[in-house]
Amino acid sequence: MEAVTKLDVEAVRADFPILKRMIGDRPVAYLDSAATSQKPVQVVEAMRRFTEHSNANISRSVHTLGAEATEAYEGARARVAAFIGAPSADEVVFTKNSTEAINLLAYAFQNAALDPHADPRLRLAPGDEIVVTEMEHHANLIPWQQLARRTGAVLKWIGITDHGRLDLESVPEVITERTKLVSFTHVANLLGTVNPTSQITARAREVGALVGLDASQSVPHIPVNVAELGVDFIAFTGHKMLGPTGIGVLWAKADLLDAMPPFLTGGSMIKTVTMEQTTFAEAPAKFEAGTPPIAEAVGLAAAVDYLDSLGMENVRAHEKELAGYMLERLETVDGLTVIGPRVPIGRSATVSFTLEGVHPHDVGQVLDAEAVAVRVGHHCAKPTCDRFGVNATTRASAYVYNTHEEIDRLVEALGRVRKVFS
Amino acid sequence: MNLDELYQEVILDHYKRPRGAGLREPYEGESHQVNPTCGDEITLRVHVDGDKIADVSYENVGCSISKASASVLYELVNGSTVDDALARLAEFTELMNSKGQGEGDEETLEDAVAFAGVSKYPMRVKCALLGWMAFKDALVRAEATSGRTDA
Ligand SMILES: Cc1ncc(COP(=O)(O)O)c(C=O)c1O
Repeated sequence: MEAVTKLDVEAVRADFPILKRMIGDRPVAYLDSAATSQKPVQVVEAMRRFTEHSNANISRSVHTLGAEATEAYEGARARVAAFIGAPSADEVVFTKNSTEAINLLAYAFQNAALDPHADPRLRLAPGDEIVVTEMEHHANLIPWQQLARRTGAVLKWIGITDHGRLDLESVPEVITERTKLVSFTHVANLLGTVNPTSQITARAREVGALVGLDASQSVPHIPVNVAELGVDFIAFTGHKMLGPTGIGVLWAKADLLDAMPPFLTGGSMIKTVTMEQTTFAEAPAKFEAGTPPIAEAVGLAAAVDYLDSLGMENVRAHEKELAGYMLERLETVDGLTVIGPRVPIGRSATVSFTLEGVHPHDVGQVLDAEAVAVRVGHHCAKPTCDRFGVNATTRASAYVYNTHEEIDRLVEALGRVRKVFS
Repeated sequence: MNLDELYQEVILDHYKRPRGAGLREPYEGESHQVNPTCGDEITLRVHVDGDKIADVSYENVGCSISKASASVLYELVNGSTVDDALARLAEFTELMNSKGQGEGDEETLEDAVAFAGVSKYPMRVKCALLGWMAFKDALVRAEATSGRTDA
């Protein structure tokens, strides 16, 4: 268990003032980073510096502040592109969050369905298929489900095994010649499963479907390189990767972005406009109508710098170690059942569980009394809950700043839960 | 926070030994309510006989607060008049919305005053009210079927 990681957790923790926050008479043990991560001072400081020193709208003014703001915003785009191994910064579209990024894509398909001149890859006809998995966050399910309903396409999904893994054996049946799009979660937010991607992407390629990832839970935690993954798009969200809320990313291959009709229209996304018609700017501007989240982009770039300074391999190693420890310790709690993979292989440090006879709401409440912050509920993954026959789970999730001691506190507090409800 | 204040003995007792649980016939109104944040659910039936609540029956999944609340609801309104039941509903709702300020009248609310502490926890107020919302809805439905219009 004593894997040597190069992450100096104490030094990391010093960058996160909120970890000193007292809940009752104890500092919070924050084990809810899968919902949202905390932000280091470097991120807060970068945003403050920008706001106090360079704030202006972008791409609209010739004044010094406008130029600085534009440079900061476009610099952030380049920074994010480099972080995920994107060949060009122009392939990075800033959105509000993952949810908007996925909707942007879904609405591109929907708009293309109405346009006979649209790229055939995007034109869904009745009977065409969209494939997801049973372990999606609602953000990567509902947009596709609704798109299917509106276009007559069929939504299909890859199921989950009892061990919380994707049923990869079914892939050749689920992804067929009629499949036009496969969108699946890279790391599952309820189960913690890290999905192997190559088999699904290979099958998608074989049938000529577009394929991409909901990378909301992977980009923050493991090295992600879009070129190596060989996918057409990924979506992720700033607030889960030490960055601010209000900014997310859609990365897609340049030729796909070129082919996609815009989702939102308005200012800053045009080439020419008359009262009758508009020609759109090139991507990414085409997809960034209106004033974008500028300070948030600056914050996201600072978050990416921070993660890079830690090294994503070290982040992964640290979390693998915590995942192993958490699983091992949780197994010692009477009546506790882990929902999801029970070994720290191909899994993140996000662990969902049920406690026999005690509802997750009650678990969360007692844990809060012990200053242990976890999430309870269906985690926006109701079909996953249904698959495992539960209404809700308790979910503990660790990140760069978490320690073994905090996991011990979780396990101890679970003992208290058992006492209250025995 | 003070856990004992939230999880009063009375609440834990109703949770562990729910009164009146299970779905029964006959009934005139049925309501299904879901708390979308946690997925808790209740199906609740009301049997009205004249101006009396002749039976309240229910099936639910949920946390201790929501289950205990349904059990307390059963004790309070089962066998009472419709008007009294509506008065208890109003009282309990007011108590839950009191943000920790209300105490509740033990004369009328009986065991339900134990929920006063819950009103301090906005995330849990919804749990406590789930069964009551189902009761209100089922009663409206029952009255729609039986043609009663004065409630
Ligand atoms: C796997 C996954 N996809 C999508 C989302 C949605 O992210 P956001 O709410 O920032 O759009 C989340 C987080 O809530 C998630 O865990």
